[in-house]
Amino acid sequence: MARATFSIRRGGRETAELVDYQTDVTEGMVVLDAVHQIQAESAPDLACRWNCKAGKCGSCSAEINGMPRLMCMTRLDTIDLTQKVTIEPMRAFPPVKDLITDVSWNYEVKKRIKKFKPRKPDAEDGTWRIQQEDVDRVQEFRKCIECYLCQDVCHVLRDHAKHQEFIGPRFLVYSAALEMHPLDTEDRTGDLKDLFGIGYCNITKCCTKVCPEHITITDNAIIPLKERVVDEHYDPIGKLVKLFRKEKG
Amino acid sequence: MTDYPIFEHDVIVIGAGGAGLRAAIEASANGVSVGLICKSLLGKAHTVMAEGGMAAAMGNVDDRDNWKVHFSDTMRGGQYVNNWRMAELHAKEAPDRVRELEAWGAVFDRTKDGKILQRNFGGHRYPRLAHVGDRTGLELIRTLQDHGVHQGIEVYMEVTVVSLLKDGGRVIGCLAYEREHGRFRVFKCKALVLATGGIGRAYKITSNSWEGTGDGHALAYDAGAELIDMEFIQFHPTGMVWPPSVRGILVTEGVRGEGGILKNNEGRRFMFDDIPDNYKNQTASDPEEGWRYVQGDKNANRPPELLTRDHVARCINREVKAGRGSPHGGVYLDIAWIKEKLPNSVEHIKKKLPSMYHQFMQLANLDITTTPMEVGPTTHYVMGGVRVDADTQESSVPGLFAAGECAAGINGANRLGGNSLSDLIVFGKRAGEYAAKFAQENQAGTINKDEVAAKAKAALQPFEREGGENPYAIQHDLQELMQANVGIVRTQDEMVEALNGLDLLRNRSAKTFVPGNIDFNPGWHTALDLHNLLIVAEAITLSAIERQESRGGHFRDDFPEKDPAFAKFNFAVKKTEDGAMSVSRIPIPEMPDELKQVIEEMG
Repeated sequence: MARATFSIRRGGRETAELVDYQTDVTEGMVVLDAVHQIQAESAPDLACRWNCKAGKCGSCSAEINGMPRLMCMTRLDTIDLTQKVTIEPMRAFPPVKDLITDVSWNYEVKKRIKKFKPRKPDAEDGTWRIQQEDVDRVQEFRKCIECYLCQDVCHVLRDHAKHQEFIGPRFLVYSAALEMHPLDTEDRTGDLKDLFGIGYCNITKCCTKVCPEHITITDNAIIPLKERVVDEHYDPIGKLVKLFRKEKG
Repeated sequence: MTDYPIFEHDVIVIGAGGAGLRAAIEASANGVSVGLICKSLLGKAHTVMAEGGMAAAMGNVDDRDNWKVHFSDTMRGGQYVNNWRMAELHAKEAPDRVRELEAWGAVFDRTKDGKILQRNFGGHRYPRLAHVGDRTGLELIRTLQDHGVHQGIEVYMEVTVVSLLKDGGRVIGCLAYEREHGRFRVFKCKALVLATGGIGRAYKITSNSWEGTGDGHALAYDAGAELIDMEFIQFHPTGMVWPPSVRGILVTEGVRGEGGILKNNEGRRFMFDDIPDNYKNQTASDPEEGWRYVQGDKNANRPPELLTRDHVARCINREVKAGRGSPHGGVYLDIAWIKEKLPNSVEHIKKKLPSMYHQFMQLANLDITTTPMEVGPTTHYVMGGVRVDADTQESSVPGLFAAGECAAGINGANRLGGNSLSDLIVFGKRAGEYAAKFAQENQAGTINKDEVAAKAKAALQPFEREGGENPYAIQHDLQELMQANVGIVRTQDEMVEALNGLDLLRNRSAKTFVPGNIDFNPGWHTALDLHNLLIVAEAITLSAIERQESRGGHFRDDFPEKDPAFAKFNFAVKKTEDGAMSVSRIPIPEMPDELKQVIEEMG
């Protein structure tokens, strides 16, 4: 049986170090399995978040050999085990303990985004009629499992710490899901421009690359949102035309 | 004595999955202050794992569907030991609860005429499951979460409840600790809702996350409430069996709803070999008819792969035991075969079952659009739980309510797929509504500080015993014990062995030791969870010994037949004065004539 060495961040909010642990590797194992084995064998107080272990809850986000990944979906046979494997917490958020970070900022951001506001029901029984093709795009965004790996990799947050001015890819996707929801009547473009810093995104597409749900964050969510913001706030003639069309329609 | 900080709300809800969130939203909408406590981060609860959909007789795809058909399907699936009033309320109210989700922003898959699409599922006569691909649970939890955060509900994340607190006979709060620093917190309330989910972690092979440790079951039991139907455990027929580290992870029944078939290593479609009598007239007579059914032919009957979960699990178990299993001890689930029927099958499968495609690609390196999956039974759901009043969800302890998986009644001996998500929203709402009403009609109680101090001290014991037992090892042994002795097929001797084994484990669990400091210490959390798992394991085993027949999720090798005498009551466990667990029989009330008539009409 092969053994591998995992170099895991141990420590609290202030100080920490990488500690090496060895454990057996068997067929089909993922990084989270290795962490669990280490907990059961040699480090019962090693802290990490996890829930579903199937890539559906987005709890076990970490940086594996420097790459933002879900530990439960990263197979060990895709990693070079002749070298130490480093496992570290996400860097865009304050560390709490070991692999756990303080992600509460994300929950605060979400509260600030205007909630879903549906149009009046289409049918007398209070229901709506929507075609599948009109919700395909929104359904893509709603696949998001809120693992915050996109937030972690975004240089605006990770390197420049603009958490106060920029809501990050996750919440741009969330805003896009609301803005493009066929029933929604709210307008969030003003907030996106003035409060949520959509202009900070310079479309490097790092977020799209790390998304475990393969949501095309930049192309399908952020760029169309940027266009909406431009249409609404920087193009007075276009705005007039649209207003006129809306009234006619 | 330490004074722990006190957080006060009219209603406290423990658990933030579908039921807990729905309860919190309803209580809050009724004008009371609500605190919602969850062990993990908000939005990560096990509800996200639900794949197939939520059952609601909206009749969008087949207009012959209505609450009566849904009611009789649920009762038949539960083998008539369900709480019929809960089954009735559930069938009647589920459609409104689903439509309400749409009004809150949920984006369901659509029919051609723009309504909410519904899919076939095991035991449901008509296409009934509102769904979003195979990630319906995520859609449900996110919709409730996003709706709830704008309602002023106070959410306490990563907080674990250790014990309920009572004043006289009434529940008036709970003692909890926040995981980050292990600091104790007292929550004071006028009414408390348990919505803590399941118990899957009592078994080795399970689809449940680490959170499924039966917390609500144990909290209620310790507070004096009754747990009923604990012998009925649902082993989902199709969990992954390979690779070993993902053994137990769920493969949605939706695969079979979309036409997936089960085969043994001889290539035989074995589900046609054994069709129970009470489903004969609803089951396809040949593969062709089964295919027509999944394609929406209203004159066709469903294929035998869509029989109830208890039956399918036992058939798979039989094939494996007879040496006709797959290399890793399962059978084959084949959706790739539909390429014979559909020209665009690859795209179709990816569209209808995206998470499954993804899950197998990534974890097993297997393409389900071309290759059959290996699957086998996995502990999935507990039908048993806190005994509650059907209309109000209040337990036998005043001020204590329960909803969702930790409550019992609606499912009887076996739950139909899709009835869980609808259960969460129907009875989550009711629990929230009646808990709010209770809170408005009652004053806050008085916290007994000595009781709090004693309970906190007991919880800290594992830090003080140098050189004691490793809690992970005890949990592991408990899972092995239950898997081996109180699993899919049960016998008296094995279950007695399990009871003896549980005694030993209880002694060991009183001697756990955890190293390290108290901050976010998973070893400590595991040590505390053992108390809950041991209660649940004992409740399952004692109830299973008493039920000397086979019914639904409970199969006895020594009593393989169903016995009508056992259809007349449920088994309940309760904590006696001396702290031991007692079992009693609770007669099932006579069903009113109009419901009997519904069941007769539906055949």
